[in-house]
Amino acid sequence: MKRFIGFIKKEFYHIFRDRRSLFILFGMPIAQIMLFGFAITNEINNVDIAILDHSKDATTQEIINKIAASKYFSISEIIEREADIEKAFQKGKIKAVLNFEHDFSKKLIRNNKATIQIVTDATDPNTANTISNYTNAILQKYLQTINKDIKIAYQIQPETRMVYNAELKSVFMFVPGVMTVILMLVSAMMTSISITREKELGTMEILLVSPIKPFQVIVGKVFPYIFLSIINAVVIVLLSIFVFKMPIRGSLFLLGLESVLFIINALSLGILISTISKTQQTAMMISLMGLMLPVILLSGFIFPIASMPLPLQIISNIIPAKWFIIILKAIMLKGVGISFIWKETLILVGMTLFFMGLSIKKYKIRLE
Amino acid sequence: MSITVSHISKSYGKVTALKDISFDVKKGELFGLIGPDGAGKTTLFRILTTLLFADEGTATVAGYDLVNDYKKIRSHVGYMPGRFSLYQDLTVEENLNFFATIFGTTIEENYDLIKEIYVQIEPFKTRRAGKLSGGMKQKLALSCALIHKPKVLFLDEPTTGVDPVSRKEFWEMLKRLQQKGITILVSTPYMDEAALCDRIALIQDGKILEIDTPEAIVKHYPKKIYDVRSDHMYKLILDLNAFQHKHSVYPFGEFVHYTDTREAFNTAELENYLKEKGHQNIIIKPTKTTIEDTFMELAK
Repeated sequence: MKRFIGFIKKEFYHIFRDRRSLFILFGMPIAQIMLFGFAITNEINNVDIAILDHSKDATTQEIINKIAASKYFSISEIIEREADIEKAFQKGKIKAVLNFEHDFSKKLIRNNKATIQIVTDATDPNTANTISNYTNAILQKYLQTINKDIKIAYQIQPETRMVYNAELKSVFMFVPGVMTVILMLVSAMMTSISITREKELGTMEILLVSPIKPFQVIVGKVFPYIFLSIINAVVIVLLSIFVFKMPIRGSLFLLGLESVLFIINALSLGILISTISKTQQTAMMISLMGLMLPVILLSGFIFPIASMPLPLQIISNIIPAKWFIIILKAIMLKGVGISFIWKETLILVGMTLFFMGLSIKKYKIRLE
Repeated sequence: MSITVSHISKSYGKVTALKDISFDVKKGELFGLIGPDGAGKTTLFRILTTLLFADEGTATVAGYDLVNDYKKIRSHVGYMPGRFSLYQDLTVEENLNFFATIFGTTIEENYDLIKEIYVQIEPFKTRRAGKLSGGMKQKLALSCALIHKPKVLFLDEPTTGVDPVSRKEFWEMLKRLQQKGITILVSTPYMDEAALCDRIALIQDGKILEIDTPEAIVKHYPKKIYDVRSDHMYKLILDLNAFQHKHSVYPFGEFVHYTDTREAFNTAELENYLKEKGHQNIIIKPTKTTIEDTFMELAK
């Protein structure tokens, strides 16, 4: 035990004397969550659109006013001819064009039917989709107001309610994801470097020729970083509550416990990486490339897992981040307790034990 | 026997690092492995400290088998690798404390063993190890290797890159440690340090050339050696090499060490030859054989 405590003390010296690493450890998470929180968003606000109004009558004017009044769109250009649509898009500012046909009001009254063409710039398919949905919604609402005196025999009225994130804020989706990515990267990278550094500096040679046991080295390496990563997690949660107004509906205590579990999981993954790499450089590359991409792409952080091809859906199951994101969302947004997420928790526990065991087994007791 | 090595061989791919190495080191002996860089000294150290497996052969250290009892060996030997391998960002005291703790002891417990060495670096105990001079680094590394009172001490080129004064001090410390009953296996590329060992093994290209006391090794040298010098040393070497009766010619400090093929060799003859070649201020005088001469002869 004394041996173990001595080892941990040494690790803390390393951490606190290496200013640069300390800066990365605490600076990176804050920078990243700000970046992700503010820059990456799939909400649409004040999207510039253009109007091509061939009829210029009362009805079209009313619709245009409704659209201009919504917070989603701002009309920045009026086009006179079909040929100018292409040009307007090419300038790059506008994302959509609303094209009203000739004699819009007349057709609406005489034929009970008039057409608006919605042309969207689909270089960004998600935005294009959202724009067309929002426009449709505004048009539907307008239809209801003009039809309110007319009795329609059968009518299905969909009534949508968005639960857990009524305002559809994308930050609710990103905060759990960003928290996961940051904890994974910082924890894994730091520990993976710390063991390979001993290899590179030659101190591993002396450690090996001593009675200290592999698991003492590994657990001793993980231990200090648990503390630092917990501080990181607290910073992230505070930022998300106070800066991004993220609700924490579930128990903070449970959130804390699950975070510690995930941190240990990431740390042991880092140790595993360090046992198979010879230099700090390789360890860093493996943790960056080997962890960052799967965590971002396959965890359901940005791309929904349900819409992935089947092979990728299966692979996503072995990504710890996927399970942690599910847990985070469940606690933060749904406010559920352990009885709803015990399965995910158990999977994380299993993965952690597996990584730990493998690291101890892979830890080389000789130089070869 | 403190160390027994029998028929150890080791190769890295196609490169043979050690070939059929056998020797014994007695308890309390100061045993030197003498050889140039790349001779296989470090590989042998790593095998004996259980860091590497030998391809063939067996060995025991402090009575324990290298493969089966490797854990026991690791707690009973002190190892100082060739490269400075302490924590550079830890202070002198922290380093020493750390190694004491992982060996399950304290500085106080074995202070008498390291006292003589440690008092020299104690004034700098709050300085980070990375900021120490070469000689002090070696003293700290030796203290750390000694802190758990090892039975056998492995020192891989401990004086490489250390100034002559510190080197001398270092060897004096080794002598004193030896008197405390610690077996020491030390390697060095410096031939002058070889004379300070009880016994030495001359090693080159992974093979042991000879094992004996330094005096015996020198005595075995079959030829009489002469110091030769003149005003033009480079030309002197060329001319000596061209002399029909030369056996060996090696530059050695300010002289050239010359040996003749014949038993009955007259210095006047060589002096005349050199004068003919245009050398001036010629000195030719018999000199003592050194280990370096022996090594060069054996390595031929």
